[in-house]
Amino acid sequence: MTTTPAPHRVGARLASPERDERAAEWAGKLWTAARAADEYSALDVVTNALDAGLDAETVLLEVIGAVQHRVGAEWAANRMSVADEHAATAINDRVIAALPADRPAEFLGRITVACVDKEWHALPARLLAETLRLRGWQVGYLGAQVPTAHLIGQVHRTGADAVCLSAALPTRLPLAHAAITAVQAAGTPVMVGGLGFGADGRYARLMGADAWAPEARAAADRLAAGPLPRPRPPHQAVDDLPHLADQEYTMVTRSSRDLVRETFQGLERRYPAMAAYDDDQRERTAEDLAHIVDFLAAALYVDDPDLFTGFLTWTGEILTARGVPARSLLPGLDLLEERLRDFPRARRLIRAGHDAISTRPWETP
Amino acid sequence: MISSPDSSRTGDPCVVSVAAAPYPVVVTDTAGHVMELNDAALALLPEVRVGEALSSPGWLADAPRTPDADPVRGTVGEGFFAAHPSVLPGGGTAWWLVEETAHRAAVAELEAERERTRFLTEASSALLASLNLDRCMEITARLAAAHLADAALVIAPTTTRKPPMVSCDAEGRLTRGTVSGAVQSVPGLAEALRGFPPVPSRWIDPAAAPGWLIPDGFGEVGSLVITPLPGHGVPAGALVLLRRAPRAAFSETEETFAGLFAARAGAAMSAARLYAEQNAVTDTLMRDLLPPVLRQTEGVEFAGGYRASVDTDRVGGDFYDVHPPSEDCPDALAVLGDVAGKGLEAAVLTGKIRNTLHALLPMGGDHGQMLRLLNNALCNSHHARFVTLVLASVRRDDRDVLLRLTSAGHPPPLIVRRDGTVEEADTGGSLIGVMPSIVSRTAEVRLVPGETCLLYTDGVTEARGGPLGDTMFGEQRLRRALAECAGLPAEAVVERVQMLVDQWIGDGDHDDIAALAITAPRGAHLSAVDGTTPGRYTA
Repeated sequence: MTTTPAPHRVGARLASPERDERAAEWAGKLWTAARAADEYSALDVVTNALDAGLDAETVLLEVIGAVQHRVGAEWAANRMSVADEHAATAINDRVIAALPADRPAEFLGRITVACVDKEWHALPARLLAETLRLRGWQVGYLGAQVPTAHLIGQVHRTGADAVCLSAALPTRLPLAHAAITAVQAAGTPVMVGGLGFGADGRYARLMGADAWAPEARAAADRLAAGPLPRPRPPHQAVDDLPHLADQEYTMVTRSSRDLVRETFQGLERRYPAMAAYDDDQRERTAEDLAHIVDFLAAALYVDDPDLFTGFLTWTGEILTARGVPARSLLPGLDLLEERLRDFPRARRLIRAGHDAISTRPWETP
Repeated sequence: MISSPDSSRTGDPCVVSVAAAPYPVVVTDTAGHVMELNDAALALLPEVRVGEALSSPGWLADAPRTPDADPVRGTVGEGFFAAHPSVLPGGGTAWWLVEETAHRAAVAELEAERERTRFLTEASSALLASLNLDRCMEITARLAAAHLADAALVIAPTTTRKPPMVSCDAEGRLTRGTVSGAVQSVPGLAEALRGFPPVPSRWIDPAAAPGWLIPDGFGEVGSLVITPLPGHGVPAGALVLLRRAPRAAFSETEETFAGLFAARAGAAMSAARLYAEQNAVTDTLMRDLLPPVLRQTEGVEFAGGYRASVDTDRVGGDFYDVHPPSEDCPDALAVLGDVAGKGLEAAVLTGKIRNTLHALLPMGGDHGQMLRLLNNALCNSHHARFVTLVLASVRRDDRDVLLRLTSAGHPPPLIVRRDGTVEEADTGGSLIGVMPSIVSRTAEVRLVPGETCLLYTDGVTEARGGPLGDTMFGEQRLRRALAECAGLPAEAVVERVQMLVDQWIGDGDHDDIAALAITAPRGAHLSAVDGTTPGRYTA
């Protein structure tokens, strides 16, 4: 296994369902401008779309949002580099800043919007923040990777009516859970969103979030429908996830770097071909292992084999798109399983992932 | 002596007579007529006559007289009794009356006490949860309305004429507003707001309550309690409890209990007030220390990224600034630097350096002179710390951007060319604040559209981590990352570098990290003119 890119922006959000059929045409134009990192054309597209009668929310979610969704998909298909992605995102960010915002007629309430700590994918949260602002909420948008302590400070300062938390990657779930619990302990309800919580929001329920929304418009509709329920009394993470008592998550997380190093050395011993790798290839291989361990830890945290299997099959697709056989993931999994022989839950997860990779027919592009 | 009918029939010599029973006993026949009763029963029920129907107390007269009936209970005068039936062979029933007055009172008191404890626990944890004053007022009003009264108001003390107020009715509906009448018009309220002991409820005429005190649709006020909310040494406000007219007035116990609740609510509200005050102070002091928000200036893109060594801090020993061109200084001046040390103390020194540099902007034409003046200022101050920094004077030249770059003991900036080559700017010099005299060498660099100059602190290159745990990020990795950033907007370059370093660090410790990108914009309107760069929709 080589060159798996870091799991990245793809699927950072679910696309808003299209409501205005004209939006697709404008999204196509904005895509061209964003792809060329051409800020002026991008601004022109948005201005023209507004002039053509699209409302600001449609432009935000069905034009800009659609482009951002496409960025993720294009990257996954290896038609766009990570750097290009950053460029397109930067253009989208500037375009959003240029959208007109009406002053709300009445005070609806205060909402804090933030990404979970370590979560870099800010655009889904930004789209939500702007949607709420357009609908007349007073929004405190805290941006990417907000440390939980900082978030709680903001909640106390502003007395927000609700907090909206975004996580694109399931590896952020332990931190997301800590943030949800802490905000609820401050007496404020939490709505979560982003693919990190599962396409069906299953991890949102597991972590006791007060609401879940698949995308910005649904989130805004939920807030418009009435206040979120008052959160549960203060409690601890293990109250929601009793399986954590077996300490497997704790042990795997605490020793993750050692696990990666030992597995890496095991690969070197077992596959003499690795001796020919240059430093860069070796580092990519180690990074791949680190991602696998991160996702294993996340799957242990929520006790869901689908999380780990889903990550592995997705990685398999990414590898296949880049001409690397998905089966190259298997040796690393075997070695990990050997290292974790005393952890029954972890071994079950690895076995399930192994089966998924080895039984699936992989199509080469 | 009256003997039990039971014993007279069986002739059992050991039978206990009813008269000797330690409890009042009433014997009735199947029709409910009293057959006999002992002295204790007579003393308890003086109106009961032998031979007549048992009519009082009603609960005993109506009690079923079946063989295995349960005991029945009811009041007799001031007391409370249980009547245990034992059915006699002849069909009659002997009722053994056992007094339960004290037991019952104890049980009721215990239940009430448990209820109060439960409420105070709930109140404490709800009040502890928030450090926001508005929230604390709402929680106080909601809890008080739900458990202590038909409606509750919380009024915060304030220096303004109209104190903020939150009211809540029994259905939990909250209303926020300000006191719309005179505080003095409510007996005891002005005193409570100043922290004087509460005026007993019975002294307050509910009819005197002004309209603003009563929630809409509440009806006639039967009684009201006004309790001060004692804070940490200063009054935190007042709690007003309202009860509707037909209900009984507040008892002394209830008033005392309201005081207990008010003590908790007051403590929470003053903690929240204190927190808000501290925050206001911190925010004011911090405002000038925070890294500025950068944007495009005079046709040049600037973007900055900052991460303090302590993740919850917002400031540290790294800093950057961009000063737009002015009358005295025709070039924009960007500066990025690193003060020795971390945390708030280092941040305070960055503030001083940023101010000094701001004042030195007219010297911007001569970086050497600017650095010498800064060095003098720092060497003569009592700070033992030193600083390394890079100055970048930025000017548009048609579509290009011209840079004058001077490093003072700082890693030289990296230039990302359109073709992906990464160069180091040829600049160097002494660090600032140590030696009385310094040297420096300025580099001139031209950026064509799409090229970027990155200023960064050693927090980037010296970040430790990586998949195996303790490898340094290093300049080579930074250069490789930048090579992929050719043609990107400034924000994208900074975001890319920050993200890579962040992933590299993982959960590990790190120093302050700062990066500042200066980019010549790749505007399509302009690039379309030029045949060598990608056209408008063709990149």
